[in-house]
Amino acid sequence: MSVVAPSRARRVTETIGRARELGIVVALALVVIPTALVNPRFVEAQSIRDLLLNASIVAILVAGQTLVVVTRNVDLSVGSTLGLSAFLTAQTFADHPDTPILVGLLIGVVVGTACGAVNGILVAAGRVPSLVVTLGTLYVFRGIDFALAHGRQINASELPDDLLALGTSRILGIPWLVVVTVVVVAAASLYMRWYRSGRDLYAIGSNPEAAVLAGIAVARRTFGAFLLSGTVAGLAGALWVARYGTVDAAAATGLELQVIAAVVVGGVAIFGGSGTVVGAALGALLLSTIASCLVVLRIPAFWQQAISGALLIGAITVDRLLALRLSRELRGRSDHDG
Amino acid sequence: MDLPPDPPLVLLEGVSKSFGAVRALTDVTLALAPGEAHALLGENGAGKSTLIKTLAGVHRPDAGRLLVDGEEARFSGPADAKAAGIAVIYQEPALFGDLSIAENVYTGRQPLRSGRRIDTRAMHADTTALFTRLGVVLDPARPARGLSIADQQMVEIAKALSFDARVVVMDEPTAALSAREVERLFAVVELLREQGAAVLFVSHRLDEVFSLCQRATVLRDGKHVWSGPLTGETPDGLVRRMVGRELSALFPKQDTEAGDVLLSVSRLTREGVFTDVSFDVRAGEIVGLSGLVGAGRSEVARAIFGIDGVDAGEVAVGGKPLRLGSPTAAMAAGIGFVPEDRRQQGLVVDASVERNVALASLGRLSWFGLLFGRGERRLAEDWAIKLSIKAGRLGAAVSTLSGGNQQKVVLAKWLSRRPSVLIVDEPTRGIDVGTKAEVHRLLSELASEGVAVLMISSELPEVLGMADRVLVMHEGRLVEEIARADATEERVALAAAGRSGAES
Repeated sequence: MSVVAPSRARRVTETIGRARELGIVVALALVVIPTALVNPRFVEAQSIRDLLLNASIVAILVAGQTLVVVTRNVDLSVGSTLGLSAFLTAQTFADHPDTPILVGLLIGVVVGTACGAVNGILVAAGRVPSLVVTLGTLYVFRGIDFALAHGRQINASELPDDLLALGTSRILGIPWLVVVTVVVVAAASLYMRWYRSGRDLYAIGSNPEAAVLAGIAVARRTFGAFLLSGTVAGLAGALWVARYGTVDAAAATGLELQVIAAVVVGGVAIFGGSGTVVGAALGALLLSTIASCLVVLRIPAFWQQAISGALLIGAITVDRLLALRLSRELRGRSDHDG
Repeated sequence: MDLPPDPPLVLLEGVSKSFGAVRALTDVTLALAPGEAHALLGENGAGKSTLIKTLAGVHRPDAGRLLVDGEEARFSGPADAKAAGIAVIYQEPALFGDLSIAENVYTGRQPLRSGRRIDTRAMHADTTALFTRLGVVLDPARPARGLSIADQQMVEIAKALSFDARVVVMDEPTAALSAREVERLFAVVELLREQGAAVLFVSHRLDEVFSLCQRATVLRDGKHVWSGPLTGETPDGLVRRMVGRELSALFPKQDTEAGDVLLSVSRLTREGVFTDVSFDVRAGEIVGLSGLVGAGRSEVARAIFGIDGVDAGEVAVGGKPLRLGSPTAAMAAGIGFVPEDRRQQGLVVDASVERNVALASLGRLSWFGLLFGRGERRLAEDWAIKLSIKAGRLGAAVSTLSGGNQQKVVLAKWLSRRPSVLIVDEPTRGIDVGTKAEVHRLLSELASEGVAVLMISSELPEVLGMADRVLVMHEGRLVEEIARADATEERVALAAAGRSGAES
């Protein structure tokens, strides 16, 4: 006998895991369908493209943030990293108009990676709690941004058209920015599912002490997660320039909280160990779609924040209930020989 | 040194390890031969855990050598020990609850397919094959969360098999198992032996040791006492080797006349932790609560003081029933509790001595809810003199004090409330000999002043020297009550090992 029939425990776990992501899709439907009924233009191609575009930047950041949160850490500096990377990318294009587009984008990625490395070293080697480290670098990176910018604002007129086209042009009707986002989310998702080092991130978040005893290179993996989060934030910064065309030192201020909200709404456990990049990206899509719906439905903008907040608390409550239910199910019946 | 006939797979030679001022291991030698099950025996605190963690690569020895296959090995971490073929199964296995069983077995070594991707199907098939060898039915795809301890151990054993571990260390693996699960575990140990692996088996259950192991090593106070084959040995002989110590004159218990019952515990039960525990402590009495680590002693104390809830049973203090589940109620009733882990639970280590001493008396010291430093200081000065607490100044943080003086601060905190019942859990752990004697004298004085003292201690000489009566717990139950006159180390140790009345 070499095949074990799927146990109840496995079925329950899989069902609940699927239900969690399905829940976000259902929530999406619940906001989109009524809005579409009120205003049918809401589901036209251009409108859907806008919905996806609006979610893109946050969804890219969410992919990096998920890697970090799964290890029972948090990266609060992503908004500032994005801002710094966006400004330096825009400045390069403005001051050296013949910079090839790819080189310019690469500058943003390198800046972000450097910021991620700083966070990673402080957390992994310095053993400082990531909440403190990244709260500090949130201000430090933003401060550097302001110091470099000297109040300068870079406008679309100073930027090459090819770059701005990246933010607006499409392939097969899909905006390039959305394509890039899907690629980043897919890559992060596959990495976390298929690769040993990706699985190590879950192990570290699930039980840090056991990870040490199991011989996992905890410090190296944690460093890697922060590094990638920085890289992704750097890429998002370069894309921010392409999308909005106007950059100053205050770009993306406060974006980190949207990112973390999306991660949590998307079902990533805030204390690590579980959650998927796809779920988190769906969380980002849900939050930005709600914002758009409220605009269409002419609901005052301040409700948007209250609703996002309520959704966040709702998501955490659902997660908690599901976790309790799951642990009860798992304890209730172990797969004993019999 | 007695060495096994075959060349040892692993040899620890003259290994010493200290943590700060505490010598956990001194010149310990241990040889493990292929195909043998070797028992590691010793009282609580004898150094078994440190020895295991040295083998596991968690601790690096300060002195001595570790030889694997006759070659000297230096482990810089658990990964190195694993690479050398040493697997350690801890008493409560540390699994990743969010990951599947198969991933727990193959952490960091998952089978790969093209593009270095994890081959989940192969991993599940391999895990199932391992479980089939072990005679266990477990779904490799289910998460590890919620597995029973026995199944968690099986996952750890499957892990050991998966990397062909040649040395498997099991730290009290049977402590939480049912009889059937123990049988299954023993079958697995036999399987490992047949495959030429060495099994290091740590257990307090001597009957298990005799039925499973061929050789044994006894540690006492971090030192190697004896190694040899178990044939011809008796359980009592081993217990004697484990305890064999002279009762010193460290324990000046004054004789007192026991008065009224101050603490009365009846049929106290906390599901899965302790069951049906009843006893009385009278004024002027010191009652020792003995037993192995994990027998439920500290848990009983925590329940009496209201930290943990109980499922059944009652506690009365001075004849009045105590509302359980509330430390505030316990304090109001006159109970003081000196916890086992003073740094975590007994002190605010970064606060000053005076703050800590006053901590349990804030209601009395405050004036309309406001605290002024003067009251705290006066109280602390008072008790610092009475207990001769050696601190640079009373404003200094408690973390700067020695272990013994820290313990005196905890005692001062409770004594300043004039408790009628004092519960002390491991009152002299990690304290130097001189201060130990002071703490003992203090407890003895308290008893003679009419306080009822319940003392939990893993140190048999301390229990025997101090206690008027000794209660022994085994696996959550009170198994024996021994009067001072009849209490011997062997009798307490045998009762603690669950063998009361068997041989004595």
